[in-house]
Amino acid sequence: MPNPGITAFGAYLPRLRLQRSAIVRANAWANSALAAHGRGERSMCNWDEDAVTMAVEAARDALSGADRSEVSAVHLASTTLPFTDRQNSGICAEALNLETEIGTLDVTSSLRAGTTGLANALGAVRAGAPGQVLFIASEHRRSRTGTPQELLYGDGAAALCLGQGDVIARLAGRHSISVDFVDHYRGQQSEFDYDWEERWVRDEGYLKIVPPAVAGALRDCGLDAGAIDRFLLPCSLRRVPEMVARQAGIRPEAVADGMQQVCGDTGAAHAVLMLCRALEEAEPGERILVAGFGQGCDALVFEVTEAIRSLSPRRGVSGALARRAPEENYDRFLTFNGLVDKDFGKRAEVDRQTPLSTLYRNRRMLTGFVGGRCERCGTVQFPKSHYCVNPNCGAFDSQADHPMADTPGAVKTWTADSLTFSIDPPAYFGMVQFEGGGRLMVDFTDVDRETFDIGARVGMQFRVREVDSERGFRKYFWKAVQSD
Amino acid sequence: MATGIKDKVAILGMGCSKFGERWDMEAQDLMVEAFTECIADAGIEKDRIEAAWLSTAIESVHVGSSGLPLSVALRLPYIPVTRVENFCASGTEAFRGAVYAVASGACDVALALGCEKLKDTGYGGLPQRTRGVTNDMYWPNLSAPGMFAQLAAGYRGAHGVDKDDLKRAMARVSVKSHANGTRNPKAHLRREVSEEQVLNAPMVAEPIGLYDCCGVSDGAACAIVTTPDIARELGKTEFVTVKAMQLSVSNGEEAGHSGWDGSYVKTTRIASKKAYEEAGIRNPRAELDMTEVHDCFSITELVTMEDLGLAEEGRAWRDVLDGVFDADGEVPCQIDGGLKCFGHPIGASGLRMLYEMYLQLLGRAGERQLDDPQLGLTHNLGGFPHMNVSSVSIVGRYEG
Repeated sequence: MPNPGITAFGAYLPRLRLQRSAIVRANAWANSALAAHGRGERSMCNWDEDAVTMAVEAARDALSGADRSEVSAVHLASTTLPFTDRQNSGICAEALNLETEIGTLDVTSSLRAGTTGLANALGAVRAGAPGQVLFIASEHRRSRTGTPQELLYGDGAAALCLGQGDVIARLAGRHSISVDFVDHYRGQQSEFDYDWEERWVRDEGYLKIVPPAVAGALRDCGLDAGAIDRFLLPCSLRRVPEMVARQAGIRPEAVADGMQQVCGDTGAAHAVLMLCRALEEAEPGERILVAGFGQGCDALVFEVTEAIRSLSPRRGVSGALARRAPEENYDRFLTFNGLVDKDFGKRAEVDRQTPLSTLYRNRRMLTGFVGGRCERCGTVQFPKSHYCVNPNCGAFDSQADHPMADTPGAVKTWTADSLTFSIDPPAYFGMVQFEGGGRLMVDFTDVDRETFDIGARVGMQFRVREVDSERGFRKYFWKAVQSD
Repeated sequence: MATGIKDKVAILGMGCSKFGERWDMEAQDLMVEAFTECIADAGIEKDRIEAAWLSTAIESVHVGSSGLPLSVALRLPYIPVTRVENFCASGTEAFRGAVYAVASGACDVALALGCEKLKDTGYGGLPQRTRGVTNDMYWPNLSAPGMFAQLAAGYRGAHGVDKDDLKRAMARVSVKSHANGTRNPKAHLRREVSEEQVLNAPMVAEPIGLYDCCGVSDGAACAIVTTPDIARELGKTEFVTVKAMQLSVSNGEEAGHSGWDGSYVKTTRIASKKAYEEAGIRNPRAELDMTEVHDCFSITELVTMEDLGLAEEGRAWRDVLDGVFDADGEVPCQIDGGLKCFGHPIGASGLRMLYEMYLQLLGRAGERQLDDPQLGLTHNLGGFPHMNVSSVSIVGRYEG
């Protein structure tokens, strides 16, 4: 009997946390009602983070300690994918150095993509997908300046490994409802959401659509609502999860915190993010019901197993929340999100075209961060080359592929360059010496200016290296980030 | 067995334009300005020149590629003109081409001219430009000061020098060059600066501040070379010959192998060692009378003193503070103001350094003239500390 479920989880939040008070300070002159949402902080992508980079980082967390050759598919759910036509899950698969003979799928077009994608991926596992299906939900939310959404939204990603057998949480039941209830929408040509009145969304939407979905999922697994230990419903409207729980008969103490004060609503990623957080805290035997709302509702019930006790340590949501840098500068948020037309000087005017044939030829190196290891002398080097870089070796065509993304390193040399173009000046870059060999002159990102110096420990993260706004393309590469 | 270049080639004449923000000049005008001085100094007609080398580095912001701009500007008589580029060491490469051509016997008289017109970009500093399509996909958006700032971090790390001490020694390098530059009428920057001004200048790339950076200038410099015999036939009695010309180009080891600690420029060490052998120099600090080194940034000059064997490893910062390389020090460095104040029109710089050596050796350096120098060294560096080209040339009075 197939027994699909979750085998591992991972999460990623941008390190920057915009203080909501900064948004309110800048915008209250135009909309004094914003002050109602002025408490706490929201996660905020650095300029070089997007739904794909966060997805990769969440997936790396989920895959920590796992055999990546086991991954048979990558499904990525998001409504803010950087590419409309270039498979975003395919970029993730390449960055994660997965096998090429896998399935990849982007799930999008609704904030419900997180739960719908999860249900679908679990369906694939039930239908016999081999090994592990990697399911990622990621969102870099967009909003107009000075809106409640700007305050309520957050950026982030979560990832789940799905499989059969030794699962940490077994899928017990599920149910979906599809209704073309348009609480908000974003047309293909529009940059931002258009929302309808909150009270209508609450009364006609959440309170009428979610309870039957919850009931359906409970029916599917033959459980009473009272048996649910954790009820996860992402919703930035106040008290709505509690109201839904009451209607559905779920115990009030089972209602999970939506992380509104510490992170904000991460859209399609949020249900999965909340699920990861619940799994971090859950004891074996607990039942988790996660619901996703958006033109209908998905409800999935998981039962946590004993295996959760032996899951290897990982960053998870708590680690992602702890890795934070408060940001008081609202203008940086606007700039990083392209919401102001900032002047970066003439150095910013260089052409940033990406020759696609060059990218393809070098994809293992650029997207996968794969270097070479000389099989004669053992020297690790980046990039991989024909002649070994070791002056005492120099062997020809002796290097095997050597993935380096997970190799920690230390700062050998660095600068903070105020002259060169950077969207977040000064540009930090320098030489990283990797443990076990190999070095690279590379960008640093998420720098803690107070503590950064030679000797600082770093790890690599997948980031946007350059945006070609003229052609709608972005280059990705790896950057060094100070270790937690 | 190669016999080396020593005393095989003589400098027949040299010329150098005024360096600076030459808003009213095309690159070709600068070429003509340097060449006019040079050909008059050489005392020959233009048609004696049998081959020419043109060095430019960022040709896309001025003359474009190939040897044509020089040939057309000077209306050279359909002779071979080769354009060379090797980052900021391009100027010395043009000279090397001309010198080797004469030494080989392929021609009797050859011209090397370097030129750069950098001030048509609309902003200060060197132009932001592509580093090659694949490199652009993963290299940082580096600037020159950003890359040379790495050297300061590496030097600190290797020698445990305090950040403030190093910054002060770097400042002293610039104070010295500014003082020298005031005595050079062709220099771009001709005013003194105090240590305090240097230390408090705006940060460009930590720890490099504005006054740790050389000038970005328009300018041209050139040399006409021949054999000592022909120089004598042409009536020259006192002249300067090439004693050594060495170039070392990184092979990626510093950038890719943990053997290099980031505190020095490996190519300079290799090129200088070979140059000393070629010139027969055993103790450079005692035998060299002056140096013109590639002081693109103060830290580069400081580290170069060690790489050239003029200071002990880890000691250059103390020697700098002790004034060893000042105009009245043991081995004066940048007596013409250096890249720092004479300016740095990239393709011209290597030839500009040789121009100063030439003037000094012939006693024609005016109020900055050193006391009877016999032997001088130029060091021209291009690229970045972890991946670069470095040339070391030694010239001296001809005793033959």
